[in-house]
Amino acid sequence: MSDLRDLYQDMILDHGRNPRNFRETADANHVCDGHNPLCGDRVKLFVKVRDGIVEDISFQGSGCAISTASASLMTSAVKGKRVEEVRELFDDFHELITGDPEQQPDSSKLGKLAVFSGVCEFPTRVKCATLSWHTLKSAIDKDDKPASTE
Amino acid sequence: MGVAPEHAFALDVDKIRADFPILAKEVHGKPLAYLDNAASSQKPLAVLEAIDHYYRAENANIHRGVHHLSELATKKYEDAREKVRAFINAERASEIIFVRGGTEAINLVASTFGRSRVGEGDEIVITHMEHHSNIVPWQMLCEQTGAKLRVAPIDDRGALIVDEFEALLGERTKMVAVVHVSNALGTINPAEKLVAMAHERGIPVLLDGAQAVPHHAVDVQALDCDFYAFSGHKMFAPTGIGVLYGKQKHLEAMPPYQGGGEMITTVSFEKTEYNVVPHKFEAGTPNIAGTIGLGAAIDYMQAIGLAAIEAYEHDLLDYMTSRMSAIEGVKVIGTAPEKAGVLSFNIEGAHPHDVGTILDREGVAVRAGHHCAQPVMDRFGVPATARASLAFYNTREDVDRLVAATEKVREIFA
Repeated sequence: MSDLRDLYQDMILDHGRNPRNFRETADANHVCDGHNPLCGDRVKLFVKVRDGIVEDISFQGSGCAISTASASLMTSAVKGKRVEEVRELFDDFHELITGDPEQQPDSSKLGKLAVFSGVCEFPTRVKCATLSWHTLKSAIDKDDKPASTE
Repeated sequence: MGVAPEHAFALDVDKIRADFPILAKEVHGKPLAYLDNAASSQKPLAVLEAIDHYYRAENANIHRGVHHLSELATKKYEDAREKVRAFINAERASEIIFVRGGTEAINLVASTFGRSRVGEGDEIVITHMEHHSNIVPWQMLCEQTGAKLRVAPIDDRGALIVDEFEALLGERTKMVAVVHVSNALGTINPAEKLVAMAHERGIPVLLDGAQAVPHHAVDVQALDCDFYAFSGHKMFAPTGIGVLYGKQKHLEAMPPYQGGGEMITTVSFEKTEYNVVPHKFEAGTPNIAGTIGLGAAIDYMQAIGLAAIEAYEHDLLDYMTSRMSAIEGVKVIGTAPEKAGVLSFNIEGAHPHDVGTILDREGVAVRAGHHCAQPVMDRFGVPATARASLAFYNTREDVDRLVAATEKVREIFA
């Protein structure tokens, strides 16, 4: 069971059950949909960027505990950050989830996001953890095209 | 857990399980409880050995050479056709077309039979519980011809509302395509009755039998369906082989599906004469090994006995349904009075995808997702379900493992 607890840590279960920033943002200037066709998870991101800073970010949608918690913790992590910092965080998070478990990135940069380190041991769940991040990338790259995990 | 009563229908399940090497495998350090048979079944040694023997001792192209091996391979291939004929009680072996799977069988009918009789303003009737493979080929036909797809509704138990199905059959209905057993809900449709209703109005019927043939005997003459489609890999045969049954009169009238070798009698640049059925629909070198494997799977199932399989699984499904329903927070989706092999469920507070991962770590293999039946998920207002599906090699112990793993999900998510 220990490895299951590595995946389903209390913080993930908490954010899965009670997601933060789970609302619409009326004055968002980027709205982007993400979809994982494998399991049907859907996320809609509302991002308000001003002067290169993510002033507000929120999401709606439905999905598993991992994808909901990931969206919740992502929105908390990037709010107030500069867009360039968000891109760096995307790369670090991606590395954490998909990289070699023995050589994980510096968790101090990732803060609470490091709670997802167990996901790399569950290859079928990587897309759950990265769906909201891919959607954010689509949003800040300004094309606002729907993101897909495929 | 209690002591399980003696099974009412005794198969020698220990002996059967010994025939399936993969069932002895461990997954994440736990013995495997394979409950994903509706997605794909495991293969007995008899099937694996038949394929192995074919490649080692009989391999050649069929219907071509005059040499010994070609004659041998041709005989094995045509023997398999006869086995399939007997398995579904078709009148003639020439009514059995080998295809890649159930999906290709339905596409073949839609794009030849369907294309030649469906026109603008005509209607095709399906049901709300179809697998995508019995929706999309008809939608494509509708797009090409301007016909309309009409969908017969299902009730809250997941049973077809037969009166409403009948009410949809009208002057413009040119085709009915219905699933025999639902992959997402387990519902067994009253196929014989539905076929009779359509035939009263002169409408041909295709039955998608992919989830029926692994669980009970099928008699296409008793059903009187015009077409019957199924896959090999869900009935203990390899992937990449499937069957389309069609009434001889339809197959003879239908245009070919694909062009190439084998499906012709003579070819010149001016004109090609098509071969007789079934060869008209089997262009190119077929999946010979898969066909031989399918024949071996049929022999294997018939040695156990289809009636014994049906009775054993019925008992096991009842046991699984009552054990799972007794767990707090578990909601069973699909409670039609007639069911086969499938238990779809959700656990309060846990997404099916999380359920699938936790069950997997306990060695219990189930499917989590929309089961290629998104309209069914929409009908029940869920994004997905977890689905445990049975074969005759499953036991009450497998079900008990599922129950224990489900309790683990409750521990983590409660």
